[in-house]
Amino acid sequence: MSETTHDTLAGNAERGEPLQFHETTEHHPETGTLLGFWIYLMSDCLIFASLFATYGVLGRSYADGPTGMELFDLPLVAMNTSLLLLSSITYGFAMLRMQANHLRGTMVWLAITGLLGAGFLGLELYEFNHLIHEGAGPWRSGFLSSFFGLVGTHGLHVLFGIVWLVTLLFQLKKHGLIPENQRRLFCLSMFWHFLDVVWIGVFTFVYLMGVLP
Amino acid sequence: MSGSNDHHGGDMPHSTFKGYMTGFVLSVILTAIPFWLVMADVIKDTGMTALVILGFAAVQIVVHMIYFLHMNFQSEGGWNMLALIFTSVIVFIALAGSLWVMYHLNVNMMPGLMKEYG
Repeated sequence: MSETTHDTLAGNAERGEPLQFHETTEHHPETGTLLGFWIYLMSDCLIFASLFATYGVLGRSYADGPTGMELFDLPLVAMNTSLLLLSSITYGFAMLRMQANHLRGTMVWLAITGLLGAGFLGLELYEFNHLIHEGAGPWRSGFLSSFFGLVGTHGLHVLFGIVWLVTLLFQLKKHGLIPENQRRLFCLSMFWHFLDVVWIGVFTFVYLMGVLP
Repeated sequence: MSGSNDHHGGDMPHSTFKGYMTGFVLSVILTAIPFWLVMADVIKDTGMTALVILGFAAVQIVVHMIYFLHMNFQSEGGWNMLALIFTSVIVFIALAGSLWVMYHLNVNMMPGLMKEYG
C-alpha cells in the first residue's frame, strides 16, 4: 500500500469520518468491476443476438438436407438443459457458502458446478459428433451452419467458464476467501447464470421450435 | 486492511437460499412445460405452440434475471438495469429487423430461384 493512501486513511480517521477512498460528492459503487463485467456480458449478449438472428434467418434453409425434426433428440436436450439448470443452483449454493465465509463448502459446490458443466459439454460434444457422423455437419446446409455456429459458441463459453472455475478453485485453495477472490467468484457467478439465460433461448428457439413442423 | 473484510462485498448483492430455491423451482416448471407441450404434441397448431413456448422462455429469462442475476433498479446506482434495457432494445431490433427484412426478401425477390435452390 502506498504512502498517500495511508495519509488519506489517517486523515479521515482523525476527523472521525468513515474511511473514504474517493470523492464523496457523487455516489460510486465501491469498485467498478461488477458494473464493468456486466457491460461485458451485455456485449456478449449482442454476439448471441446476431447468432440467433442468423439462425432465425437460415434455420429453415435445409438445402434438401436433414431437418431439425429428423435430427434433434429432445430427451438428450432435456437432459442437457437440466444439467445446466442444476449447475446454476449449485453455483448459487457456492455463493451462499461464500457469504457464510465457509471456504470448504464454497469449493465443494464450485467443484460440483464444474462437473455438471463438464457433463453438459460432454453431452453436447456427443451430439455434435453424432450429427457429423450422420453427414449433418456444419457444411451441409445453412440451417446446420447457423446451428453449429450458435450452439457451438455457447458451448465454447461454457468451456471457458469451466477453465475459469478451475482457476478459481486453485486461487481459493491458495489464498482462501479474500475480497479479491470473492469478487472473482461473483463475476463468474454472473457469467455462469448468463450462460444459462442464453441456453433458455437456445433450447426454445433452436431445439423446441426446430422440431415443430 | 483487515478491518474492511466484513464490510467488503457490500457492493455485491446479498443472496439468500430462499431466493435461489424460488428461482430454481420456477425455472424447472417453466422448462418442463414447454418440453411437455412440444414432446407430447399438446397444441395441434404449430404457430400457437411456438408463441406459447416463446412466452415461457421470456418469463423464464426474467425469473433468471431476478433470482440468479439479482437484477433490480438499485444495484450499481441503476446502471446495471440501464445497460440491460439498452441491450434488450438492440437485441430486439437485431432479431426482429433481421427476420422481417430477410423474410420479405425471400418472399418478394426471385420466387422461382428461391424454389429451385430451396
